[in-house]
Amino acid sequence: MADNRFPSPFKIEGPQGVDGWEELYPYSVSFGEARREYEESRFWFWDSMHWGKALTPWDSTFMELSIASLSQMNSRHYRIPPADGVDFRVLYGYAYLSPVGVDPEKIEARVPQFTERAGHYFANWDQLYENWLVKVKDTIDQIESIDFGPLPEMEDLSVVTDGLGIGSGYELLSEYNRFKDLILKTWNYHFEFLNLGYAAYLDFFGFCKEAFPSIPDLGIAKMVAGVEVDLFRPNEELKVLAQKAVDLGIARAFDDPANVDLAGDAGAEWQAAWAEAEDPWFNFTSGNGFYHFDKIWRDYPEIPYAFIRDYIAKIEAGDDISRPIEEIRAERDRIVDEYRDLLGTDEDREAFDGKLGLARVVFPYVENHNFYIEHWTMSVVWRKVKELGATLAKDGLMAADDDILFLRRDEVNEVLWDYYSNWAVNAPTAAAHHWGPKIARRREIHERLSAWQPPKALGEPPEVITEPFTIMLWGITTESVQNWLGSDDGDENALTGMAASPGTAEGIARLVFDPEDVDELVDGEILVAPITAPSWAPVFPKIRACVTDIGGMMSHAAIVCREYGVPAVTGTGFATNKIKTGDRIRVDGSSGTVTIVG
Amino acid sequence: MCEACPIIDWEHELTTVRSFVATRVDSAMTDHIVWFDRYDRDLHKGFVGGKNASLGEMMMAELPVPPGFAVTTNAYESIWRDGDLVDDINGLLRGIDHDDHAANIETSRRIRARMEAVPVPDEVAADITEAYEALCRHCEIDDVAVAVRSSATAEDLPDASFAGQQDTYLWIRSADEVIHHVRRCWSSLFTDRAIAYRHSMGYLHHSIAMSVGVQKMVDPVAAGVAFTLNPTNGDRSQVAIDAAWGLGEAVVSGEVTPDNFLVDKVLREVVKREISDKHVEYRLTPDGVVKKLPVEEERRTQPSVTDEDLVGVAILARKAEKHYGCPQDVEWAIDRHLPAGENVVMLQSRPETVWSQKDVKAISRGNGDPMSSIVSTLLSPLHDKNKN
Repeated sequence: MADNRFPSPFKIEGPQGVDGWEELYPYSVSFGEARREYEESRFWFWDSMHWGKALTPWDSTFMELSIASLSQMNSRHYRIPPADGVDFRVLYGYAYLSPVGVDPEKIEARVPQFTERAGHYFANWDQLYENWLVKVKDTIDQIESIDFGPLPEMEDLSVVTDGLGIGSGYELLSEYNRFKDLILKTWNYHFEFLNLGYAAYLDFFGFCKEAFPSIPDLGIAKMVAGVEVDLFRPNEELKVLAQKAVDLGIARAFDDPANVDLAGDAGAEWQAAWAEAEDPWFNFTSGNGFYHFDKIWRDYPEIPYAFIRDYIAKIEAGDDISRPIEEIRAERDRIVDEYRDLLGTDEDREAFDGKLGLARVVFPYVENHNFYIEHWTMSVVWRKVKELGATLAKDGLMAADDDILFLRRDEVNEVLWDYYSNWAVNAPTAAAHHWGPKIARRREIHERLSAWQPPKALGEPPEVITEPFTIMLWGITTESVQNWLGSDDGDENALTGMAASPGTAEGIARLVFDPEDVDELVDGEILVAPITAPSWAPVFPKIRACVTDIGGMMSHAAIVCREYGVPAVTGTGFATNKIKTGDRIRVDGSSGTVTIVG
Repeated sequence: MCEACPIIDWEHELTTVRSFVATRVDSAMTDHIVWFDRYDRDLHKGFVGGKNASLGEMMMAELPVPPGFAVTTNAYESIWRDGDLVDDINGLLRGIDHDDHAANIETSRRIRARMEAVPVPDEVAADITEAYEALCRHCEIDDVAVAVRSSATAEDLPDASFAGQQDTYLWIRSADEVIHHVRRCWSSLFTDRAIAYRHSMGYLHHSIAMSVGVQKMVDPVAAGVAFTLNPTNGDRSQVAIDAAWGLGEAVVSGEVTPDNFLVDKVLREVVKREISDKHVEYRLTPDGVVKKLPVEEERRTQPSVTDEDLVGVAILARKAEKHYGCPQDVEWAIDRHLPAGENVVMLQSRPETVWSQKDVKAISRGNGDPMSSIVSTLLSPLHDKNKN
């Protein structure tokens, strides 16, 4: 394939039998005649890193809100000089993104605006971050407090005696709107610091690349990365609980994670410890938080129980499972000292100290926001969506608890009006009849979209990718785009990606597409997945290496693999297409190559 | 005829034989012997020549150099107390026609033969014998094999390594053999090329003295050289390693295309490996001689060094670089008999010359303002920086 452009979004032949699929998503995210010229002139990539599967209408919410929030910070809040937002579309159920650059003539004028605005954040980072934690926890509390329970037969007497004049129906509609607002607020918060954090990191990154042309990305990441990170806490809590089970003599209770019996005093003591850790640390998703099917540890304890069982086995085998904090800290200091020492001049050492210092100030946010938003907040959000779905099913508006996922968030308002008004009148609702067949059809469409393989990218790629966030957040570079274009060429048995975690390993591949299948991994296998999530951490000590389709230097797989010293190649593009479970593969996490040997 | 060439003034030199005082009183330290592990730069540097001084420095920096000692320039100078020898050599040097290459080779041969025929003074021979025996005891081997290397000293000359020819004799056993090869190293100051070089540079022949290094031989599975930077882009966070099977001679002489590795010296990871077809190796045969042998088929295209040992080499090279304060060019070997973790030994370390001579420019561009730096990072294509 020698063509230097990807197919036009208007020329893509989707799966059969999905007529009307556009209805599942807001009209504003469809490719269409309204913006055809603009859309055809742009480069779009499928963000399979975050949205690897076909979106249901409700799943689409988080794509839309998050990308809009990201965009708004670049374009309107901080005036990132060369970067406006990232445009987003849904094509046959899949998210396509297109970074929007700033007209070169207008960049200069944005520099002082950016300097003032971003400068304020950098100068007051710690205090703003402290405040951010308060805001986010408050938002979580507010979402937790939302009541999506069924409307009552009769209002509580206090509604009357307090002279409220409004009741549960009003509350439900209002709560639903508040819920949507809080989700948007959450995603605004998510990006409040992120791009600035990456910018500071990028500045240090660029400096290091100039000083040491061959420095691996992970060498830079290791200097900046925190030692005690909230994102690692859930996994650390599991280790503590495993040790406690051993100490209490109830280790055997975890032999079958699906049937854990914790009767007796020891069991009660252990459960108390679990309850202590559970909130917030087990608001931890086995996916990336963006999908309704992602399983949350709190709600599916068999997932953490299985990890606990594995840790128990290690403890009983005499292994030390604790994280060697002091060693990690000493190693980080050594790396920093070495690079610093190798710099040519004192002036450079001073610049190095300054940039590293700032990168370390901003990095706790970069590392931890993922726990606070994607895991904790989103766990609560999904619980609420499901609570509302169950209420609507219980009162006969929907056929099943999860029917709600097949409504757009604005359509839910209509259903709630049907619910409220007919509750008020005490008359039958029309929802089941109106939505029933539509939802059945949407389920069918969604199933077909899910089975479809979307193209990696659409439209004409820029000659060079210079947009900093595309590189930073998605790991998409000129090289990777060229790889996508030329993917028909070259060695069928070799893949290249990012050298995300050093070392080499050879072993049997196991493909894992669904988080719940992580448990199928056998000791010593090589994990091959579209993308991994931080909650897979407990399997990393088991695996010999890790390969992903998507992900940059700061992707979850990269961070966790470095932490566990497991070789990893991320962002290969095609690993899950080319490699099959059972293949013998060689992973070189230092050079970023993967070879199928047999 | 060349009046400039003769070894004049030896007698004057010899009336003022220099001596040094050992740091510690030890029977094994004499005016003729300096142990590498007791090397003291201030006291010994002028007596042991460049190579030996470097070995001593490496010992001081706790770099794992094979144990050994230097036979000092005092020992060398002792042979010139023999007036007949001085006269004979001066006579031969005076007879040189610098344009007659073939005749010069013959003259050199005769000078060297004459020098090697002179008995080593008794007290020097006794000191060397005692030192060699001490080395045998130290290594717990009856007749430990040693490398005997010339180490010329020429304090006022910038290019001593050219001014004195450098001879190396490997796998030497027994005190008598060591003494014999020490003498050969001394005489190597008078190879035809060394004579011609000094003549062309206008250096006096006696401006150079010869120390000799005697060092336990390593029996390398593999050996090679290491540069403490990436020679293609000057990146100082990497070590470039050339390696081949057996003794380092195969790499240094260019007889085999070595395996080529890049090791990240900070992260301690092998980042690039190019394995070549290594058809021959220099090895110690069971009868104690070094032979060039063909490498058996299956080993030819195997990596000659494990990743673990490559990292060991890189750590050592970095240690040397740190010690000397500038990029180094290091000779190393993986010893066959030493246990893993202690088997990487260093043979030699010299300053790297290509990249070290470039001006070191600050890359921080003098602007300490973090915001303008961030702006320029966002504006400048990161891609270009990544390209390298």
